[in-house]
Order: sequence, then structure tokens, then C-alpha cells
Amino acid sequence: MSGIEARFAGRLGGFMLDAAFSLPGTGITGLFGPSGCGKTSLLRCLAGLTRLPDGFLRVNDEIWQDGDIFLAPQHRRIGYVFQDSRLFAHLTVRRNLQFGLRRAVARGIGEAEVVGLLGLEPLLQRYPARLSGGERQRVAIGRALLAQPRLLLLDEPLAALDRAAANQILPKLREISQLFAVPVLHVSHDIVEIERIADGLVLMRQDGRVAACGQLAGMLTDLSLPFARQRDAAVVLEMTAGAHDAAYGLTSYSAGGVTLTLPGQPGAPGAAVRLRIRASDVSLARQRPDASSILNILPARIVEAETAAGPHVNLVLGIGGAASPIRLLSAITRKSWDALGLSVGEVVYAQIKAVALAESR
Amino acid sequence: MWPAIKLSLELATVTTLLLLLLGVPLAWMLARCHGWWGETLAALVALPMVLPPTVIGFYMLILLGPHGPLGPLLARLGLHTLAFSFTGLVIGSVVYSLPFMVQPVRHAFRALGPGPWEAALTLRAGPLDAFWSVALPLAQGGILTGAIMCFAHTLGEFGVVLMLGGDIPGRTEVLSIVIFNAVDNLQWAEAGRLAAGMAGFSFLAVLAMFLVEKRVSRLRA
Repeated sequence: MSGIEARFAGRLGGFMLDAAFSLPGTGITGLFGPSGCGKTSLLRCLAGLTRLPDGFLRVNDEIWQDGDIFLAPQHRRIGYVFQDSRLFAHLTVRRNLQFGLRRAVARGIGEAEVVGLLGLEPLLQRYPARLSGGERQRVAIGRALLAQPRLLLLDEPLAALDRAAANQILPKLREISQLFAVPVLHVSHDIVEIERIADGLVLMRQDGRVAACGQLAGMLTDLSLPFARQRDAAVVLEMTAGAHDAAYGLTSYSAGGVTLTLPGQPGAPGAAVRLRIRASDVSLARQRPDASSILNILPARIVEAETAAGPHVNLVLGIGGAASPIRLLSAITRKSWDALGLSVGEVVYAQIKAVALAESR
Repeated sequence: MWPAIKLSLELATVTTLLLLLLGVPLAWMLARCHGWWGETLAALVALPMVLPPTVIGFYMLILLGPHGPLGPLLARLGLHTLAFSFTGLVIGSVVYSLPFMVQPVRHAFRALGPGPWEAALTLRAGPLDAFWSVALPLAQGGILTGAIMCFAHTLGEFGVVLMLGGDIPGRTEVLSIVIFNAVDNLQWAEAGRLAAGMAGFSFLAVLAMFLVEKRVSRLRA
């Protein structure tokens, strides 16, 4: 059995946790929710640092907690990266990295690989007191990885960092989950961070319950969830880089019969990339505009619409193949919706003003 | 004079070593207890700090004497009494100096918080391993401070020794008693030399303590 199955319910200090979810055995899953909803408490339960009676946790084919069974943290094959890094002040970076490695039974994730991937070579002889915030978190991630985890838990490791430092680390997390085939649960209160790297998503509510969990792309375009209705709602598309137009500096990307063109050349042809399109950057037209500065104009079917009160209408569009269309979000004013006389099921033209490269993969 | 210096140094060394063995685990336990009984135990351990040494000596004399509660136990071990012996002095000193080890070490463990401990557990270290390889080295400043304070404090011990050990030259006559006796016999020069020696040593001990603290805080900066 591959994958992780967890159920934790009970009172912890001043609030209730009531979370049940399952994760795939690979990739990055974002754990998202408002602050104070129990994300860290849930992570601590998974690590065994907090014990909730009646909890249940299965990681692949191992039961870590069930009834009287409770594996102590040191007997769980986890990696835990704390928000405040928690490096050991009395040990050099190298000794910090080796702490879990020396005690791990299995081997597979090598020290040299991790040092290389996270760029730790110049830091190895230093003590944690002489590291910057970003360097500390890179060491903490490396240290957790070298403990040979079967589940890597990241508790907002980038929350305390400036954007530049966070941008340096974020792509590394993707590489880690793919290179070492370890499932990652990444806690964040920043949905953009999750949109950039996660494959799956667990959404927690303020009351400590899991509201939904599933594939990221599907959840972002689910109008019954808060994401698609937010002002900065966006979708992510996994696409393959195609031809590069050197004369204009444009690159085309395609997936599922859809081709998008955008400036820049982030990778070689064939490279997998993740693109992000905000709902507010997608406008609609009844006829194909024959003179427009917008590069990406695609026929689209209106799949769902939320036309309730308020000045805006939130739409889900299907583009590409009819069998499994790619879902896009669009937010237009209710006035435009009425003026164009649109309804669900109709075919329109989606004008995509901007596409951002979320992450090269 | 020399037998007294040797005896005092021996007493201070043995007491400090014993307190490292007993006091550090005790401080660890007290640092992790937050309930009312933890505080009660901590208060009991800290008591010798404010108790007059003569009172401690008095109770130790009763406890370790032939008619004390430990008398039958001592008799079974073939000992008549521990009072007026080096062993008795060591036991008295351990009790007397206990808080000087436990307080700084407990404080150092508390200051660490649960962070490093939890991190060690998530890195496959069991509790004993985490204590040895993380908690102990991170609290080294507090432990060194405790050891220096214990040593200096025991070296200058007077009240407890007088009550418990009397002043048998070469067996229980420690430095401060020699100074007291010298003054009593109007041997001012002898008392002056010893007092100056002890003042100098005490200064060096305090200086060493401050240097340790400075080094530790630089490591954490």
C-alpha cells in the first residue's frame, strides 16, 4: 500500500483538531489554512511530537499510530523542518547534516547529493550562528532529508524569509520530492507558494477540520471552495515547452491540445513547466477579436458560473480537447455577463492577458 | 597549613564530581517538571542556599550520627558513624552545595526550550541519545558555571564542616577552619596568607565563570 492515511481528532490546548485525510505516496501536498487552524498541531501529530489518543496514521504499509500503537518520533521515518530551523548551535553545518544520517538505519539519500542540491558546500565548516535565515533553512531541509525520511514534513519553512531567499529554496523542494521520491507535506498560509510547487492540497478550516483534499488543479477551479472565488484566484497548468521564436523572444507551451505563447525562454524545448493564469487576466468575447494585442485567444466553453450577488461573476472555462478540457478561471463583471447575454454551456473566446511561469520543473 | 589545603581541595573536587553526576540529571528532571510538585521539589533542592550552614550541619550530624535515622544502616555497613569523617564531610558538602549546581544547570536546560530536544527526536535520536548529544552540550555553559560555583563554594565551607566534622587536623580541618583557628591564636600572618590565597582563587573562579558565559553567548549569537 502506498500513500499516507491520517485521522486525528481531539482537544489540544485551547482548540479542537478534527482532521482526516489521505495523501499520495509521491509529490508535494500543500497544507493550507488560516493561521491558528491547527496546521502545526496536525504536523506535530504526524511526527509523534504530540500524542492525540484515538489517532490513526498509516505511512505506506507501516502503521505509526492506531489505538495502543504509538511509535515515538525517533522511530518514525520522518523528516521535520521547523519554522525556526532548530539547528544545533554546538555543531557545525556538516555535523548538523550528519546528525540524522548517522542514526538512520536505511541509506539511499547521500550526503554529497544533498549538499550539492542545496548548495551547502561553502557552509559546511560554519556554525549555525553565522548563517543567514535562508542558509539556516537550507541546512535544516538537508538535515531532515539525510535522516532518510519516508515522509517529509515542512512547517512553513519559508515564512520567516525574505522573498529572494524563499524564491531560491522553493524550486529545490520540487527537485527534492522528485529526486528522492519522498512525499512532502508543506504547510503554508501563502497560496501562491502552494500554487508554485504543490501537486495536491489539503485545505483546513478555522475550526480545525479538513474542508477538502485532493489534486491542486482541481481544487483551485472548484467553485464550492474559497480559492476560485478569491480576488487573486488563479489556475496552474502543467505544460511542455515547445518552439522558441528568437526574433520576438517568445516561447510556446502546449498541453492537451492547447498552446500558449509567452515571452522569455526558461528552458530547453521539451522541458516541463508550470504556468499560472490569474482569473482576473482572463476576459471573454463572443466573437474572435480580429485585431487584438493579446497573443493568447482560445475558444472556451463556459463550464460553471457563480452569478450570485456582488459585482463579479466567477467562471470556470474549459479549453482544449472536449474529452478532458483544461479548466481555466475567469472573473468578469456581472454587468458584462448580462451585456453579453452569457450562460453556462456556451462557447466563447477567452483572451488571456498574462501568463506567468510558476516554476520550471 | 598544607594538609588543610590538600584536604580542602580534595573535598571540593570530590563534591563537585559527585554533584556533576547527581545534580545534572536532577536539574534536567526539574527543568522538565512544570507541575506544583516539580516546583516543590525544586524549592527543597534550593533550600540549602538560604539555610544557615550551622542548621544544615546540625541536621546532618543527627542524620549521620550513630543514633540518627541512618544509624542502623551505617552499622550494617560496618560504620559506626559518618560524623567526624571525610565521607561525612563529603555528604554534608554535597547537600550544602547542591543548589549551586542545580540552579544554573536547570536554568540552562530551561533556556534551551523544547526546540533542540524535539529536533533531535525527529532525527532518530532516542531520549538518552538526545540528552547526551544535544541537551548536555548545549547546556555546557550552565554546567561549567555550576561546577565552578560548587568547587569555590565547597572550598570555603565553614559552618557545615564545623558542626559535622569538628577540626581534626589532617582529617576534617579544612582551610576556613585553619584561618579561624589562626585568628583565634592571634597568628595574623598565617591567617592573612591563607585569606589572600582564597580571595585570589575565588576571584579567578568568578572570572572563569564570566568568560564561560561570554563564550557561550557568542556561540548562540
